[in-house]
Amino acid sequence: MSDPVQRPRSFQEIILALQTYWARQGCAILQPYDMEVGAGTFHPATTLRALGTNPWAAAYVQPSRRPTDGRYGENPNRLQHYYQYQVLIKPSPSNLQELYLGSLQAIGIDMALHDIRFVEDDWESPTLGAWGLGWEVWCDGMEVSQFTYFQQVGGHDCHPVSGELTYGLERLAMYVLGVDHVMDMPFNDPDAPIPLSYGDVFKQTEEEYARWNFDVANTEVLLDHFVEAENECQSILSQGATDPKTGKRIIMAHPAYDQCIKASHIFNLLDARGVISVTERQAYIGRVRTLAKACADAFVQTRAGGWSEDAA
Amino acid sequence: MPDLLIELFSEEIPARMQARAADDLKKLVTNGLVEAGLTYASAAAFSTPRRLTLTVQGMLDASPSITEERKGPKADAPEKAIEGFLRGAGLTRDQLEERETPKGNILFAMIRKPGRPAADIVAEVLETTIRNFPWPKSMRWGTGTLRWVRPLHSILCILSAEDGAQVVPMTVDGIDAGATTRGHRFLAPGAITVSSFDDYTAKLKRAFVVLDPAERRDAIWHDATNMAFANGLEVVEDAGLLAEVAGLVEWPVVLMGRIGDDFLDLPPEVLQTSMKEHQKFFSVRNPKTGRIERFVTVANRTTADDGATILAGNEKVLSARLSDAKFFWENDLRIAQSDAGMQVWVDRLSNVTFHNKLGTQAELISRMEALAGELAPMVGADADEARQAARFAKADLSSEMVYEFPELQGLMGSYYAKAAGKSGAIAAAAQDHYAPLGPSDDVPTAPVSIAVALAEKIDKLTGFWAIDEKPTGSKDPFALRRAALGVIRILVENDLHVPLDHLHAAQLVRNKRKVMPGLEDHHVEDLLHEIAKHGVFASAFQAFIHRNDKKAPTDDIAKLETAVPAKSGDLLSFLHDRLKVYLKDKGIRHDIIDACIAMPGNDDLTLLVKRAKALNETLKTDDGENLIQGFKRANNILSQAETADGVEYSFGADIKFAETDEERALFAALDAAEAQINPAMDAQDFTAAMSAMASLRAPIDAFFDAVQVNSDNGTVRRNRLNLLSRIRTICTSVADLTKIDG
Repeated sequence: MSDPVQRPRSFQEIILALQTYWARQGCAILQPYDMEVGAGTFHPATTLRALGTNPWAAAYVQPSRRPTDGRYGENPNRLQHYYQYQVLIKPSPSNLQELYLGSLQAIGIDMALHDIRFVEDDWESPTLGAWGLGWEVWCDGMEVSQFTYFQQVGGHDCHPVSGELTYGLERLAMYVLGVDHVMDMPFNDPDAPIPLSYGDVFKQTEEEYARWNFDVANTEVLLDHFVEAENECQSILSQGATDPKTGKRIIMAHPAYDQCIKASHIFNLLDARGVISVTERQAYIGRVRTLAKACADAFVQTRAGGWSEDAA
Repeated sequence: MPDLLIELFSEEIPARMQARAADDLKKLVTNGLVEAGLTYASAAAFSTPRRLTLTVQGMLDASPSITEERKGPKADAPEKAIEGFLRGAGLTRDQLEERETPKGNILFAMIRKPGRPAADIVAEVLETTIRNFPWPKSMRWGTGTLRWVRPLHSILCILSAEDGAQVVPMTVDGIDAGATTRGHRFLAPGAITVSSFDDYTAKLKRAFVVLDPAERRDAIWHDATNMAFANGLEVVEDAGLLAEVAGLVEWPVVLMGRIGDDFLDLPPEVLQTSMKEHQKFFSVRNPKTGRIERFVTVANRTTADDGATILAGNEKVLSARLSDAKFFWENDLRIAQSDAGMQVWVDRLSNVTFHNKLGTQAELISRMEALAGELAPMVGADADEARQAARFAKADLSSEMVYEFPELQGLMGSYYAKAAGKSGAIAAAAQDHYAPLGPSDDVPTAPVSIAVALAEKIDKLTGFWAIDEKPTGSKDPFALRRAALGVIRILVENDLHVPLDHLHAAQLVRNKRKVMPGLEDHHVEDLLHEIAKHGVFASAFQAFIHRNDKKAPTDDIAKLETAVPAKSGDLLSFLHDRLKVYLKDKGIRHDIIDACIAMPGNDDLTLLVKRAKALNETLKTDDGENLIQGFKRANNILSQAETADGVEYSFGADIKFAETDEERALFAALDAAEAQINPAMDAQDFTAAMSAMASLRAPIDAFFDAVQVNSDNGTVRRNRLNLLSRIRTICTSVADLTKIDG
């Protein structure tokens, strides 16, 4: 475990402390994926890299969007746009729990005063065709992270198994900083010449997106986009492995997966608009899962996914 | 006699799996040991969040040697046969024994199996146990192939005797067994070497681990109740929660916290559910007011500030949770008390699909409403009140509180109905109409609740029957068996006589509206009107056709003529099947129920059960049992004669043709029984009717002993057959006794 640091005073200090901590543990510190996703797991650095035999260790912040959770910035801890901190290490090291606890210490949680618990919570993503076993981690009764050993992704058994950590950054930071309403949380140093709160940065966007998500988004256009993304994904994957122009083996798993991400986010928007019935829901989730599985099938045929000339 | 100590140390095992896992460890290891010849004096297994532990005391230090005798070929058998036998036995020719037997000289092999040291057997048995452990869900981790509930970190496996302990050498998937374990994750994380079970438990306790879950449970309950008592309060008992919490800690420390004043006015069930489901807190109640005022949480450690930080954190989390709950409660109350009231929620349910073939929740509610109105007079409820109760019974499904806590459905509905100024009966129906949920759950008893609860279940059954989604085998995704049992129990336990057949027909028609485009609203209305008027679907349908120029207006409607009676009948026999299960649990045989189902009016389940109970009681008596024999004899003779003669003997037995005293006595007995049975049947007093019937046993037996029915005298014979027919008529008035076994 690393030395306890001074108590952080802002949201960004907590993010920086996590970045530094996981960099020290040997993770590649990646940047957020440049698409709208519902959770850090959707980043290809997690979904795709959990597949195949190549070792992997990455950590990153991922802005995440859950349109149905929008509350116009009024709820103390519900947001339609929030940040997750995500760590994925493959194979899962045997001291992953200790490494994780070290990260809590790194953001100023004193292990001698708090009650940290690993409470059963199995993870399943029907849209990604993925599941794993693990816990939600409690600090004094509050869920601060999700800890999962991936068993299957995109319908493929994970071997070796990846260990995944997900921190809900706002909630965790509010706890560490002792803030009751997310919008009141200091974003940067409260003593900076221009101190900014989380509300200064995000209150207006929460309002704007809540209105758009719930009442304005054009559902007909979205429904078309869903079908377009679905078709594009399938069309990308139907191309031959060999690129006719370069003659190289180029399977386009990532571009196809982008379309899968897009379809998933459009589904979330349609859901927030309330135009998807309970029975249709399952069908839409199934369609996204079909895409995710096809992308996983394609990825394991690539070098990053463990394919090699010799084995083939 | 060494003792064996095993500990499987892993990352946190889900609380709900621990007890079963400890039992399985004990069973699998001790069975394996005994099978291999290692007997022992006693064994016990324990669990904590991070370990499964087994101690086996007084075990043999080696399995006993055994000698097995194997019979071989004859001494003069071909050399090849003898060689084969030797190979199988692993012996040479000179080691065989030759014995004289009646079949000649035969070779015998005495195969000695030497005993094996305990350590070898333990290593083998434990590895098999670990590799085949029956976890409800297991996983792999890292690069390994072993499956365990969560990553397995170490195996402690020692044999200890007076002269010290020895590690059982073994390796599973790269994990070597040893003599060390670890203490509490935070309070004593270092390695601990142990030499026996006593040493192990003592050292663990010093390392802040209470091994025995029962000890942890007792400690938690003791401290929690003491702490509450000291404040004049009491802890709300919850054995399930106690077991779960004891499975989340190795070193329980009980802390009692406050609930913010803002939240004390929330319904107690909301406080309790929120605290239990989200936080695993116990509720602490003020016995004077019944209100929940505090909570108890169980930490997994001591701290320098005596848990102050931990408690403050927990109070804060709870406060955030309860703010949500309060927000939902206040929003919901605002709607319930507004001018539009709970109707807003009902309207919103028109956007919620119940089933893609059966329409929305709102459509389901309007079907329920209609049926509840029809049922009301049959169950003693006011029809308007029952219809209103049905309309609002599921309104809370749109409320924010139920969205957050689905387990509070119904209960919240009753709070909101009260707040909206509805009658107590309407509020109660919102809460009660889902009941009974299980076989031991109470059934509703208030008339309005009964009407809505029955309407809910009958609509569900007829709906799924209408679209052919009946339960098959073990598949019952819509819990239709439970709904059927609910209908049965509500009717029978409330002693209600409800003719289900025409209610089924009406509700099938309402449900068919969703799947038959050719069946329009006005058709449904007309048809329901006729069903209500005629009571029987067939005549109602004819009347309906008549009104429509003597032909079905559409093909869909034409199909109803056969579909509705077929489905209605099928549903009734499904209910009869469930009734058999229900009565079997009450000790009534299925043939008794079949005998009663064969009677008219079998869609009145309460009537049916009364018949069955009366028949069951009678059959338990000597007279009753023998009456069946006498009845069957009479019935057989009569049926054979009727078949042979091609006539039905049903009338005209006259005492003047009686030739014997026994015959005359039977006439008298039948007259006397009939005089009792007829009024009893009119009053549906089947017990009295059956007991009068049982009194016929002696005269019937005496008649058959003395009288030959098939007399040469045709008149006498005919008269006797007509007499038997009277026995048949009387004996089948309560139930069809031909269906009784034996």
